[in-house]
Amino acid sequence: MKIAIPVDSNNENTDVCVSFGRAPYFLIHDTESKKNVFILNEAANAQGGAGIKAAQTVADSKAEVLLTPRCGENAAEVINTANIKVYKSEKGAAKSNIEAFEKGKLSELKEIQPGMHGNNAG
Amino acid sequence: MRIAVLSGKGGTGKTLVAVNLACVADYAQYIDCDAEEPNGHLFFKPQNTEEKIINRLIPVIDETKCDLCRKCVDFCRFNALALIGNKIKVFDKICHSCGGCKIVCPQNAITEKEKRIGKVISGTSENVRVETGIMEVGESSAVPVISALLADKIDVETVIIDCPPGSACSVMESIKDADYCVLVAEPTLFGVHNLNMVYELVKAFKKPHGVILNKCVEGIDIAENYCKEKQLKVISRIKFDKELGKLNSDGEIVSRVNAGYKAMFADTLKSIKEEVSHETASDS
Repeated sequence: MKIAIPVDSNNENTDVCVSFGRAPYFLIHDTESKKNVFILNEAANAQGGAGIKAAQTVADSKAEVLLTPRCGENAAEVINTANIKVYKSEKGAAKSNIEAFEKGKLSELKEIQPGMHGNNAG
Repeated sequence: MRIAVLSGKGGTGKTLVAVNLACVADYAQYIDCDAEEPNGHLFFKPQNTEEKIINRLIPVIDETKCDLCRKCVDFCRFNALALIGNKIKVFDKICHSCGGCKIVCPQNAITEKEKRIGKVISGTSENVRVETGIMEVGESSAVPVISALLADKIDVETVIIDCPPGSACSVMESIKDADYCVLVAEPTLFGVHNLNMVYELVKAFKKPHGVILNKCVEGIDIAENYCKEKQLKVISRIKFDKELGKLNSDGEIVSRVNAGYKAMFADTLKSIKEEVSHETASDS
């Protein structure tokens, strides 16, 4: 099974990124092979709809689980439609979050943020 | 002549200036582009109002024709489309109605449907034709409403455009066809910060512009000094006046009930018109 996590940088010791849509990379961890793949998040600098595009990237990676500190409503709609389960990540290293998830210590992400909907971009 | 009234933040006196400039003209069209919360109509209380619904176009995917090539998804720079499972999902609120997805679709699987995004209410108040743009609740951008508002041009000499606050897309849309931009600001440090935002905007749009300082008090010259430094013309200074504040908060139009203010705004409108004719002359 593949796990996706928004991360700050493309190395094994990276922290989880505080943002989902605007995270610079996604770490895709394969629980069977234990391999990590980093995907560049093209939505990081998107004019709008970053959450949708980021969620599309995660869905395209064939991840079945997403560990993230937060998730906007548009991203959640894509993620849910793609049947990806979302768990709330803890502050700190992506690595320790994967361990916590595998031990069943992370809970499902319930709170969904209302979207910015271009309010910032105007 | 199209005169846009802007400010970097709300509450500086945009509507006060715009409403009164319209009132002191022989005949004027007043267009309230602050479609998120238009308030000019509270002063004008227009009669014989008519309502026009504004729609915009949103893509609809014909799933029987769509072969999931995802060209539309990749094309949309606003990411309003996503391919999930074996379906294209459209995010109406993110869509900017550019129609590009329809053009790039090789299967002709995309048509468009109308989505109600707001309305325009038109009416009259003595010598002023009042047009008010109102966004539908839940809509995120005022731009399409403003664009529909401004497209409906009538043949009048004076058009006053009351802009939304700030310097974002909705303001750019509002000043696009303006001949002159009036920047309304408070005389404080905060006022200067906001004035600078709209000044940068009108400069970028190469619009002739001037400043009206509102709520002026003796001894506070921060905005005045800023205007000197940037060589901005101060067209008018409105003194901080409790009487004005009271009339305004009672929903009265000061130039209709107070002869002093009527003369002041008439002077201001005259100065603006002179500025515009000067600009036109120096252009040619």
